[in-house]
Amino acid sequence: MNLEDNQKVFREEAYEKLAEIEECMLELEASPDNTELISKAFRALHTIKGSGAMFDFNEIVTFTHDIENVYDLVRDNIIPVSTELISLTLAAHDHIKKMLDDPGNENEEIIDKRNEITIAIRSLIPSNKTVKNDTKLQEDIKTTKSSVYTVYRIRFKPDKELFATGTNPILLLNELRELGECVIVAHTESIPNLNEINPEHCYTYWDIILRTNSEMSAIQDVFIFVDDNCEINIQKIGQDKELDIDFDEKKLGDILLDRGDIDANSLQLALQKQLPVGEILINEGMVDSGSINSALAEQQFVKKIKNTVRKVDVSSSIRVDSEKLDKLVDLVGELVTGQARLSQIANYTMNSDLTTIAEEIERLTAELRDNTMSVRMLTFGTTFNKFKRLVRDLGSDLGKDIILITHGADTELDKTVIEQLNDPLVHILRNSIDHGIETPAVRKANHKSEQGTVTLSAKYSGAHVLISVEDDGAGLSVESIRKKAIEKGLITPDSKMTDKEIYQLIFMPGFSTAEKVTNVSGRGVGMDVVKKGIEALRGTVDVDSNPGKGSTITLKLPLTLAIIDGLLLSIGPENFIIPLAAVKECIELTQKDVEAAHGRHVINVRGQIVPYIRLKDQFHINSEKQEIEQVVITEIGNYQIGFVVDNVIDQHQTVIKNLSKVYKDIDGISGATIMADGTVALIIDINNLLLNVEQEMLVQYT
Amino acid sequence: MSKIILTADDSTSVRQMVTFTLKNSGYEVIESIDGADALQKLEGKKIDMVITDLNMPNMNGIELIKAIRQIPEHKFVPIILLTTESQAEKKMEGKNAGATGWIVKPFKPEQLIAVTKKVLG
Repeated sequence: MNLEDNQKVFREEAYEKLAEIEECMLELEASPDNTELISKAFRALHTIKGSGAMFDFNEIVTFTHDIENVYDLVRDNIIPVSTELISLTLAAHDHIKKMLDDPGNENEEIIDKRNEITIAIRSLIPSNKTVKNDTKLQEDIKTTKSSVYTVYRIRFKPDKELFATGTNPILLLNELRELGECVIVAHTESIPNLNEINPEHCYTYWDIILRTNSEMSAIQDVFIFVDDNCEINIQKIGQDKELDIDFDEKKLGDILLDRGDIDANSLQLALQKQLPVGEILINEGMVDSGSINSALAEQQFVKKIKNTVRKVDVSSSIRVDSEKLDKLVDLVGELVTGQARLSQIANYTMNSDLTTIAEEIERLTAELRDNTMSVRMLTFGTTFNKFKRLVRDLGSDLGKDIILITHGADTELDKTVIEQLNDPLVHILRNSIDHGIETPAVRKANHKSEQGTVTLSAKYSGAHVLISVEDDGAGLSVESIRKKAIEKGLITPDSKMTDKEIYQLIFMPGFSTAEKVTNVSGRGVGMDVVKKGIEALRGTVDVDSNPGKGSTITLKLPLTLAIIDGLLLSIGPENFIIPLAAVKECIELTQKDVEAAHGRHVINVRGQIVPYIRLKDQFHINSEKQEIEQVVITEIGNYQIGFVVDNVIDQHQTVIKNLSKVYKDIDGISGATIMADGTVALIIDINNLLLNVEQEMLVQYT
Repeated sequence: MSKIILTADDSTSVRQMVTFTLKNSGYEVIESIDGADALQKLEGKKIDMVITDLNMPNMNGIELIKAIRQIPEHKFVPIILLTTESQAEKKMEGKNAGATGWIVKPFKPEQLIAVTKKVLG
């Protein structure tokens, strides 16, 4: 249902109401004292005005507003029912009808007539009666966010009768939690004993310390429905920057003083004794323990923020040549390999002294590896400023007002990942700004705020980091993507695809409109480049879109590139590694299973059909046929796919070594690792391998 | 199970817009045309929230709120009052009668959803 449908319904309704008004007027003429008729006319006018405003009949709304004012006074017996009133109302009735018949027709004649009636109507209102004419519309709910974080202290002391208005204070506290990091302390001192308690009363009140980048008005909005009968006190404690430079965390006494929980005299008195001030204040009965706990919570919270702000400073003050770091990682890699050999020999020789040393070395190596990796980690926030600038500049070039909101600045990623992420992210942001966010005029027409928002956020998800770029633009059009894909010969016109599959088409090579694929500065770089870039980092790309509301592109990236957990497999004499993160489970493949599938490469896993790839065939390895083979079930995107191998050996700490340039064109292999016995195991790039197999099959069938 | 919202409004177009918006957001909606109709439809049902217009024939919004608060099982149900801009004092009256919050007409579908989420969680 759209605005037009709604408008149609409104028009029908308004005609009905107009008929009611006409009827009322004619009856009123005969019995001017009939209050029921006046109320009815008022309600009809009110509905026309109220509903008209909902569906953009603004002229009717303004016009009807004046008449409604008059009838409000008629209802209150301030204006008498007169022949003049009735004929004016009837004239107004005819006029509203005209406006309804042809809403677009705003010629001078109509406007003049309207003004004439309006003036006549207004003259009916006695001069000493000023009519409240507050036409302020309800503000847009969306509030602006800034990048500056401010700490607020909020006291929310609900009225005892809060529950009687159907308000749930927990929901309000949850809303505050959504605004930012916060500490909530409940004051439970005034809860009476069980035999005196009235369960329908709210005895608790709350102190909230909130760190947020939303405006103060956003906090006030949370309490909009309760602020007249609850005690709401919002105070600004300080901004992050101030907290960092010249803001010392406050003494407990000062905080209590600030809040007005105690006065200066009591504080002075307490300070003269040398006990902890909180304890004294409670002992002296000057303040209850709840207030002290709440103040202490605030002290800690501010301290914590200060520490995080400081930590950022410290980390940025260490500067190490990145080449040295790379070298260090290489060396740790060698060490891990060497240690593995040591452990193997120790196990083999059964010498307990040697085993003890080997175990110690193993523990130290693991710790050293983790530490080295963490040194290479950079916070994602280091890139934010660059992107903010990009969004600003590009937005103003295109005549669009766009703000970039960032989340998860302290999410850490391997240095190499962050560096290689730059270009793909620039592409994605460009696309959002260029094609996603509409021009201010279009946005306004679609009832969106003129300022477009692009949100860049990063967060942890297991051994991965999820980075998403979300815009509140027009969203992807399934239809036009489909059309273009057919045009470009990527899909056939009769192919049946889900919306999600269609969105994925934008990543296909050849889908881009770009004449030539240039670097970032060129316009219209294809999304296939983005996908390639992310896949090179062993990551995946996902798109989601909501037509009219915007679209989200999510990148899933591994935390590190240098050392991963792998699953060691063997096929004949060869060893292979599959990244453990992709592995779901391992199951056996018997001769019986193969026969049951009638030669097709599928296996039944608890009722679900999973296709598999026989790595032995894929890599052309001749080895003895096994009676029972193993299938490693992996998850790629939303699909499950199995890889058949001879044996599954063990989990393996895999130090990734790049293959030399000679092998760079080999598909399906992303690198190699050195085993404890000095042999090499190849690391399988399952995404890439799967793509190759798919293409081979296509060639075979066509 | 989706939450059930009862709406009371004498304007067909507003009712239709409210119902459509709420249903699109996954709520179940029961429509009523005025206060008296709403009270009847409330009877014996579990309702999670009520959205009522102020000016209605038979029983207006304020009377409806007062009546709902008298029913033990609906005593604490969130109630949202739809008012127009010129009725600031009505807001207070509604509040005193036991309304949880209000929405000022004209409103956009997003505002309706935001307020619904606010009081319903």
